[in-house]
Amino acid sequence: MIQRETLINWALFALLPATALIALWMDEPFIITLATKVAILALAGVGLNIALGLGGLVSLGHAAFFGIGGYAMGILASHAQSYAPLMQTPVLIEGTTSMPVIWLVAILASALAALAIGALSLRTTGVYFIMITLAFGQMLYYFAISWPAYGGEDGLSIYVRNGFPGLNTLDPIQFFAVAFVVLAAVLFFAGRLARAPFGLALAAARQNPERVETVGLAPYRLRLVAFVLSGAVTGLAGALFADLNRFVSPTMFSWQMSGEIMIFVILGGVGRLFGPVAGAALFILLEHVLGGLSDYWHVYLGGLLLLVVLFARGGMIGLAAGREVAHD
Amino acid sequence: MTEPLLQIKHLRKAFGALVATDDVSLTLYPGEIHALIGPNGAGKSTLIKQIAGNLAPDAGEVWFEGRDVTPLSTVERARAGLGRTFQISSLAMDYTVLQNAVLGALGRRGTVWRFFRPVMRDADLRARAEAALHRVGLMDHAHKRTADLSHGQRRLLEVAVALTLNPHVFLMDEPMAGLGASGSKRLTGFLDDLRHEAPILLVEHDMDAVFALADRISVLVYGRIIATGTAEEIRADPLVREAYLGAEDAA
Repeated sequence: MIQRETLINWALFALLPATALIALWMDEPFIITLATKVAILALAGVGLNIALGLGGLVSLGHAAFFGIGGYAMGILASHAQSYAPLMQTPVLIEGTTSMPVIWLVAILASALAALAIGALSLRTTGVYFIMITLAFGQMLYYFAISWPAYGGEDGLSIYVRNGFPGLNTLDPIQFFAVAFVVLAAVLFFAGRLARAPFGLALAAARQNPERVETVGLAPYRLRLVAFVLSGAVTGLAGALFADLNRFVSPTMFSWQMSGEIMIFVILGGVGRLFGPVAGAALFILLEHVLGGLSDYWHVYLGGLLLLVVLFARGGMIGLAAGREVAHD
Repeated sequence: MTEPLLQIKHLRKAFGALVATDDVSLTLYPGEIHALIGPNGAGKSTLIKQIAGNLAPDAGEVWFEGRDVTPLSTVERARAGLGRTFQISSLAMDYTVLQNAVLGALGRRGTVWRFFRPVMRDADLRARAEAALHRVGLMDHAHKRTADLSHGQRRLLEVAVALTLNPHVFLMDEPMAGLGASGSKRLTGFLDDLRHEAPILLVEHDMDAVFALADRISVLVYGRIIATGTAEEIRADPLVREAYLGAEDAA
């Protein structure tokens, strides 16, 4: 028997490309761009969900990785734009406008940052962990503001969207396809991860670290690896987000950004594979619909968040599919 | 006589003025059940925590299989072969019974860095987990959520997870608590056989079980071991009668 959650997941999954294709047919490129934005923000949420949902690590600093991914794109593309090499000694490194290369750099840079931040933050738990991850995020935010070489407070504009072999990425539907395929691939891997030996041990460490220690596994190491994977995925999302806007600025590092990524996860359902997809879709929908009514639409978002936290702990997925079924 | 598998040497732990473990030494030999009894607040749990590595002693050493494991963490001691069960069930409550057992088998295997293949389809881990559940009689409940188990069933799952680890020594903190008469009797029979696989340091309040099972009994009162001996010796010991058993007679 197929579980209800699986059906809902497939429906959600089909909804994004369906929206994009209908928009294409109706000649509404803006809607396609919105769908692309949902896919990319959902990807950032899928990243956070590895740490938050599976590992129980409440990170309020994931904008750090989102921003690092964004700046990886911005820095590489701006050097390619100006034909000035990134570095000449000891090895020549030039800028690039190739998306796959940029993604790789974004993933590696954010994974390294997550390793350093995680190694320190994971020595604490609870509210201290939240505060330390927040502090790291803010450090990077102010660093980006005070770094004039790459636009400082004003950010960096990239005039031409980076390229993907064989595609015209400036065509909205083609760029949507790129973002959606990346999201699908990461969702597939995140789904496997949750059921793999690592996922079993990580989620057990969230439920009861003492139990995990007693069977001879170290929760700290499990959490650190989870944090690195989580940061890498959110970093990849950052690179795509920068490409969507063709613009990077320090706001990608801001704690509001961390909060928004967390809101996607909470609205959709913490620890549910498709939670961030549902959350990001709802967020963008509300921003678009309520944002048209009032500039202060966040009031309604706050109310909704309150309702979800008070009455629907499993978020929208939980509301639609019921409590998560222990699967074996 | 053979070497002890587990040897506690002059362990001491104080919380401020309260000395919870006062110069405790004890040994556990292959094939035996060594029971640790004592009134509430005698420091049994504090002692178990120091042996398992959750709590660092102020002084003294814990030797396991001929080496000093005092500086080792809980994780390292578990890996070395110390199989522990908790007084208050400490399980992953959202998991099924089988998942908890598979977690133990995974810990025993030690390679957790597998990110792709579903763990519950790993035939080897599953077989080990199911064998352990079968031995404690929980196989019928394998797919139940652990949080939905009765208190007694959780105690059995604790034991099953310890079994999946194939430990060299069992450290059991009140495994009978909350089992009820028939369950307690069944587990007593089970532990009786288990001692031949690995010796058991057994903290237990159930005196019927203790006197039926233990090769040796140590009595802990106010952090000190006041007597160690066979069941007969302990029954006859005047100090024990006064400090512990006597109190029960009076009550």
